[in-house]
Amino acid sequence: MVEKTPVLDMLTYILLIVGILIVGFPIIYAVIAATLPIEDVSRVPMPLMPGDQFLVNMKTAWIEGDLGIHLFNSFIMASGITLGKIIVSLFGAFSIVYFDYRLRTVAFVSVFCTLMLPVEVRILPTYEMAANILGPFQGLWNTLHLDGLVSWIAGHDIEVSLEWSLLDSYTGLIMPLVASATCTFLFRQFFLTIPEELCEAAKMDGASAMTFFRKILLPLSKTNIAALVVIEFVYGWNQYLWPLLITTNPKMMTAVIGLQHLIPAADDLPYWNVALAGSLLVMLPPILVVLFMQRWFVKGLVEREK
Amino acid sequence: MVTLTFFYWPAVQGLMQSVMRSDPFGQHSTFIWFDNFVALFTDPLYLKSIGITILFSASVAAVSISLGLFIATMANRALKAKALVRTMLIWPYAVAPAISGILWLFLLHPSYGVVALGIKRWFGVDWNPVLKGSDAIFMIIMASAWKEISYNFVFFIAGLQAIPKSLIEAAAIDGASPFRRFWAITFPLLSPTLFFLTVMNIIYAFFETFGVVHMMTQGGPGGATNILVYKVYQDGFIGLNLGASSSQSVVLMTLIIVITLLQFKYVEKKVQYTG
Repeated sequence: MVEKTPVLDMLTYILLIVGILIVGFPIIYAVIAATLPIEDVSRVPMPLMPGDQFLVNMKTAWIEGDLGIHLFNSFIMASGITLGKIIVSLFGAFSIVYFDYRLRTVAFVSVFCTLMLPVEVRILPTYEMAANILGPFQGLWNTLHLDGLVSWIAGHDIEVSLEWSLLDSYTGLIMPLVASATCTFLFRQFFLTIPEELCEAAKMDGASAMTFFRKILLPLSKTNIAALVVIEFVYGWNQYLWPLLITTNPKMMTAVIGLQHLIPAADDLPYWNVALAGSLLVMLPPILVVLFMQRWFVKGLVEREK
Repeated sequence: MVTLTFFYWPAVQGLMQSVMRSDPFGQHSTFIWFDNFVALFTDPLYLKSIGITILFSASVAAVSISLGLFIATMANRALKAKALVRTMLIWPYAVAPAISGILWLFLLHPSYGVVALGIKRWFGVDWNPVLKGSDAIFMIIMASAWKEISYNFVFFIAGLQAIPKSLIEAAAIDGASPFRRFWAITFPLLSPTLFFLTVMNIIYAFFETFGVVHMMTQGGPGGATNILVYKVYQDGFIGLNLGASSSQSVVLMTLIIVITLLQFKYVEKKVQYTG
């Protein structure tokens, strides 16, 4: 800083520590609660010394909440969304930036529109879509009155119903969330900053479009990809509404949804220690990802602004 | 293809459904023009839900932005352990809204929660979010705002570091006190970040807090925490009133499009109050 202000500096640190405590308090408290036996958790106020029941509670939460399978589901879903989004948007941005075709602007605008609407806004129609993904064809079929045509050709009535449900499947969990285009937009912005000479040089050396993509664009966008991996993984892991709707089979639920069964109801014994132990387990993976990849994460978050 | 099937088809379907009335088994739909919208905006419950949502998102944005800004300013002043401080403050971003809901549900539990105890003892309030609507709203605001502090913190830190040191030094030489420097230089220079974060926080409070509400209050007590997104879910999937739910979706879509357009217009102009 510019001048020496010992008092103010002290104050800064004190306030900073207070701030960190405020932010960290819920978690610290949850960790303590997760180590206590049930008698201590339900005492008011709860003792602030950690107990020795941590592993026991973890185990109970693991078994009661069926966390093993839920965590696995979450993991599949989060990585699926991450991978899918990044691949789709890399190619999408690549084609929008480097290829000249007539519908380019249309493609970009249509992709851009999806930026605006999160899944939460279009849940109901998307749900119907997933319940029967062939719905559009069925709709087309009905509007064109093709059944009349078919029955005329075949000589008798044929009932046509196209159905293929995505409910309770990994595809159903992942696909609709891959569809949004935030990443495409980011990659487009990034590709636009890459000097054109690189592309020309590659062409001159006889590289095909795909070689250029693989050998030049991919290495250049490494950091961007890393940043997006972090963000999208956290996003995918923390999805709530969509998995809630689309999974009815407990074997397909994600961990965040499964936690709800651990929260003690009003008349139950207050097994908060177990509920909190479970929550800690479930929130650990995304936190680890964020902490270990902090540098890229911050970069990625801030880039999104542009 | 993916975008087409999962995005445009649903959007069109939604639009169509919003102007139709279907019977509960989805066999017949009748075209009824804008009756669903008229019904929606004359429905006192929906109007109430709008009010709740506005109150909710404004409070979430205000609380999390001011705390985020405050902590970021402090962290920027700190000379030592910057990286450590940043690490300590960033991780709540990774906590799912729903899990943040569980944590705060425990902290604010009327009989076991320690924060609830503090509120009862120090403020003498009869705290009971299970029965009292205002308490329930307060509860979901806390849970949602807490998680968003770190998001705001990251942006403010980035914004603060982008401010040229020379400006601050010049002001210091002119004899401006640290507080004066903050209000006269730092704060105006942060205004683009501030605006961006306001928009993002409001979008967050509108849409991503579904998990918080579902975990903590499920819209209750008596619809006191029934924010718009939750109402879409309730009417559509629990009440099975597809038309009403779709028209609510369309209202939300319009809203978010307006917000986004506003934001882009602003970003394009790159307004900066440097003067």
